[in-house]
Amino acid sequence: MDNFTVGIVVFPGSNCDRDVSWALEGCLDIRTKYLWHESSDLSDVDAIVIPGGFSYGDYLRCGAIARFSPLINALDEFVKSGKRVLGICNGFQILTESGFLPGALVANKNLNFICDDVELDIVSSKGGWFNYLDEKQTIKLPIAHGEGRYHCDSDTFKKLVDNELIALRYKNNPNGSAFDIAGITNEKGNVLGLMPHPERACDEMIGGTDGLFTLKSLISK
Amino acid sequence: MDQFAVKVFVRLRPSVLDPAGEATKSASIKLGAQGIKSLRIGKMIEVKIEGNGEKEVREKIDLLCDRLFANTVIEDYEYSLEKL
Repeated sequence: MDNFTVGIVVFPGSNCDRDVSWALEGCLDIRTKYLWHESSDLSDVDAIVIPGGFSYGDYLRCGAIARFSPLINALDEFVKSGKRVLGICNGFQILTESGFLPGALVANKNLNFICDDVELDIVSSKGGWFNYLDEKQTIKLPIAHGEGRYHCDSDTFKKLVDNELIALRYKNNPNGSAFDIAGITNEKGNVLGLMPHPERACDEMIGGTDGLFTLKSLISK
Repeated sequence: MDQFAVKVFVRLRPSVLDPAGEATKSASIKLGAQGIKSLRIGKMIEVKIEGNGEKEVREKIDLLCDRLFANTVIEDYEYSLEKL
């Protein structure tokens, strides 16, 4: 795994790209490479993180314009090959807009931009993104979003439940998300989208380390 | 080539809560407006587009609405078209 490289996608308006790089390089000693959104060459990265921020200023809808970038077009092949993709916050919004994950993210119920730590229940072991076998079934991660209310219809919810695609649920739903959903995976389990920020919980100095496992799992097969 | 002016209306589906609409409804009532039963906020997008006839232009606008202007998981759309 010495040469394992995680690509971090950078859009105009991304603002958590450097946080993700710090967490991966500084806390986990995992090599990273920034990927400008106009590049479609993913040949030298082994996993991808789509970080938080406001790609294209959230124009039209969060993630709506980013979906048409060359890099996101190239992502289909990458995902089909089984390589891992993690979408955090705006990255989650981009993954739903582009159809890699079902549902959509809309304005928080109370219209506030919520910046807080939240408790989350680990619901599914799919993809091994969370330390499911550990006795700890609840983790604490920071959230920072104005449009993080997960929405899906009841048929999609049934599919999420039946296929164990719900990864995380809020203990005290802060934004009105349907069925308390904070994060989901695709059916294969190699794509995870979540609103909370694991990269901001990677060092005790800044309030916790519950995000380490999820970032570390980028290098698992 | 014919030129058309298109007005696209994008609305949150009725099943999706519209907190901005709720807040505006609340402000409307504070302003003294009586009898507001519902208030929901959408988007209107104006497009000037050319093509060979209305059928071809409608196909282009359908694609734009379905793939870009609206996210059909949460939104519905409709549009009106006027030949210039």
